[in-house]
Amino acid sequence: MSDGRQLVGIVLVSHSAEVAASVAELAKELSGGAGTVAVAPAGGTASGEFGTSSELVAAAAASVDRGAGVAVLTDLGSAVLTVKALLAEGDELPDHTRLVDAPFVEGAVAAVVTASTGADLDAVEAAAAEAYSYRKA
Amino acid sequence: MLDADFFRRWMTATTALVDREAERLTALDSPIGDADHGSNLKRGFTAVAAALEEEAPATPGAVLILAGRQLISKVGGASGPLYGTLLRRTGKALGDSAEVSAGQLAEALRTGVDAVRTLGGAAPGDKTMVDALVPAVEALGDSFGAARTAAAEGAEATTPLQARKGRASYLGERSIGHQDPGATSAALLFEALKEAAGE
Repeated sequence: MSDGRQLVGIVLVSHSAEVAASVAELAKELSGGAGTVAVAPAGGTASGEFGTSSELVAAAAASVDRGAGVAVLTDLGSAVLTVKALLAEGDELPDHTRLVDAPFVEGAVAAVVTASTGADLDAVEAAAAEAYSYRKA
Repeated sequence: MLDADFFRRWMTATTALVDREAERLTALDSPIGDADHGSNLKRGFTAVAAALEEEAPATPGAVLILAGRQLISKVGGASGPLYGTLLRRTGKALGDSAEVSAGQLAEALRTGVDAVRTLGGAAPGDKTMVDALVPAVEALGDSFGAARTAAAEGAEATTPLQARKGRASYLGERSIGHQDPGATSAALLFEALKEAAGE
């Protein structure tokens, strides 16, 4: 499936640990059990409250980094700002980590499916962002 | 000239003010936010004070960079990356000098405020911390007292505004009539600066 290439890793950052973990599970399930894609949730604060933890985000990104880049999807507010602040820092996230502008659930599914094909970070980002265009009504 | 001790006093004074005003900040954050601004900032600045005590950075820039990193990692809400970016960028702009002038601090803070505006996408008038930061930095060229007054007035002037950024923006017109908690805490930063200067 990936011709031996390394796969893009996916990090899902939500204010809620349950939401992040559940969306990670859902995305893997809907992508046909694309078990080889590393998907890590980073939800809530380190003390288990609602919010964002830069430590959890950094640890999640490091855990899914296989050398092909890491796509980070977020829900809102401090999740977005924390990832942007970490990216601006320069040394807290793996090389080629990118905040992907995408809807959280739909984007996560698109990102995991696309990553499972061995697609590069640009393609994973494009697929996740394209999820904004799936109209529901 | 302002040395590392001055910057440590600034951060310590901010920690004390945030501690004193935490309940008020959270109360302001209740009608238009998620009622955690005071407790989040208190956790962040408590960590800042502890880290400065432990590591005792030797330059003004290093003090602010350490403080900024603590805020980004400890706050848990949007104010963490915003204040963290403000202090870290300001610290980076100050470079390695052992002492800086008030003018250099004003110039560095301008860089920090620009970074906050880029990160959050907020402009003056959006009912955010930017409404206190921008006038404060402009007035800092005159004196620390002028900056403090400008920040406080900027915060008060957010009351009639309709929020265009952050969670309060979801409330639309219902955000009108409440002073913005972020602008209020930003004013504390400049009150602490004036205290650190002994004015």
